[in-house]
Parts: sequence; structure tokens; C-alpha cells
Amino acid sequence: MIVQLTTLLKTRITAVWLGLIVATLVSWRIGTDHGLHASLATAVVLVVAFVKVRFVGVYFMELRSAPVWLRSVFEGYCLVVCTVLIVMYLAA
Amino acid sequence: MRGHQGRTDVTAYTDGTMTTIASPTMDEQLAEPLPRPKAHIPGEPGVWIFIFGDMLVFAVLFGVFMYYRTKQPAPFDRAQSELHRSFGGINTLLLLTSSLCVVTGVRAIRARMRRVAPAMIAAALVCGCAFLVNKGLEWSDLLVHGHKPTTNNFFMYFFVLTGIHAFHLLIGMGVLVALFVFSRKETLSNLQLALVEGGGCFWHMVDLLWIVLFALLYLIH
Repeated sequence: MIVQLTTLLKTRITAVWLGLIVATLVSWRIGTDHGLHASLATAVVLVVAFVKVRFVGVYFMELRSAPVWLRSVFEGYCLVVCTVLIVMYLAA
Repeated sequence: MRGHQGRTDVTAYTDGTMTTIASPTMDEQLAEPLPRPKAHIPGEPGVWIFIFGDMLVFAVLFGVFMYYRTKQPAPFDRAQSELHRSFGGINTLLLLTSSLCVVTGVRAIRARMRRVAPAMIAAALVCGCAFLVNKGLEWSDLLVHGHKPTTNNFFMYFFVLTGIHAFHLLIGMGVLVALFVFSRKETLSNLQLALVEGGGCFWHMVDLLWIVLFALLYLIH
């Protein structure tokens, strides 16, 4: 069982998970104690969040092997929602 | 129809041809996703209508929260400072880890690893339970300190958004129980395999919605 599990985990998906953990810790730090201007910190936190969402979709939901239209709808969602939220925040 | 044809191909691999292929080796096949001759829709296409519908509803909720936040930045910042970010951060790490367990579990189900697959799904369920316990502790702490949904707009949105998300997580845990049952079966039909993939995608949706909620509710200033 250990051998099978090790084999299953030796994949890019595990590297993506590690990257997502690191990105969470970085944005946690930026949102808690940062030297950045509040607007810039918020924009960075939101961009990092939606990049994480994109990776969850492409690798965990396996959209990288899905038809282009399905992957495009998902990635379009990430891009549009992230942009709208940042514009709403900065325009206020 | 493309999705159905794709799944048939996957089933063909899981039905035994994989063991008869001399090259690449078994280890090489397991190290990367199973080769698919054409694009494959994970789960049934209908599952994606539901997932995108849910994501769209949450996108509207994210926008409404941001609208009111920009109208009352100072009260929202003051209220947000009452949150313990550790609760949200730990829950993010738990859901990301549960997602890794689910995607590994689904791959193990496809490869017919009947010991690894249920163990991975069970690990994801443990992470889900830990999330709910953590969320319960956070809510209790807030309520004990007088921060209720009626206290101000921030806490109203905080409890509504995290409450709706927790409801989705509860449904997701029911889905994971079904995946656990499937993971112990000797063989899976095409429909059952589609349900496994679709169920996994639903869990990942619960994960990605929380990623945005963590940023919006706990981190932005």
C-alpha cells in the first residue's frame, strides 16, 4: 500500500498541492503583517487566491485533460471574477 | 457525447488492458494521469452545469460583499480585526490537503487500488470533519465575544457566507461517503466512474470557494 501511495503521489499534482500550501502561507502573511500599501496588498491577495483557484481547477479537477471549451469557461471565470473584484475595490 | 466516448476509453484502461501493456511500465503509468486518447470531461456534463451554477452564485455573493465593503471600509476593517486569521488559514490548509487526498483517491479508484483508494477518501473525510470542528470553534468564539450576525454588516456577511459554504461542505462530505463506498467495489460501471469523478469535482469546488472566502473575509484590508 505504501509503495502504491508513494507512486501515486510522485506526480505534478503533489507539487501543485505544495505550491498551493506555500501560496496560502504567503498570502496569509501579506494579509496579516505586511509592508505593502493596503490597496496593493489586497490586489496581490486576490490575484494569489484566483491563481490558486485556477490551479485547483486545472490539476485537481483534471481540467487540463478536459475539452478546451470547459477549461476556458473555468479559466474565464477566474479571470473575470478576480478582475471585477479588484476593480470594485480600487474604484471605491 | 464526447465525454461519454472519453470515459469509455478510460474504462477500457481500467478494465485490464493497462496490465497487459509492456511499455510504459505500471509505475510510469501511475506516476502521471492515465493516457487518454482524446479530451475527457471529468464526471457527467450535467455535473459541470451544477458546479458552474454554484460558482456563479458565489461570484455574485463575492461581488455583493465587496460592494458593501467598499461602502463601509472602516467598520469592515474594525470588525475583521476581531477575527482570528488562524481559523481561516488552518481551514484553507485542511481543504487543500483534503483535495489532494480526493484527487489521489480518484486516481487510485481508476487504477483499482482497493486499499489506497478508500484510505485516501477517508483521509479527506477526516480533513472535512476537522474543518467543521474548527469552524464551530471559531463561530463559538465569535458569539461568546458578542459578534453576532446582527452586530454589523461585516458579521452578517461573514456568518451568511461561511454558513452557506459549510452547508456545501456538509453535502460534499455526503458525496465523499458515496465515493468511499465506490472505492471499495471490485468493478465500477461507466456511470459509477462518472459519479466518482463528478463527486471529486464537487469537493474541489468546495475547496476553491473557500480559497476566495479566506481572501475576502480574513485577508483583504
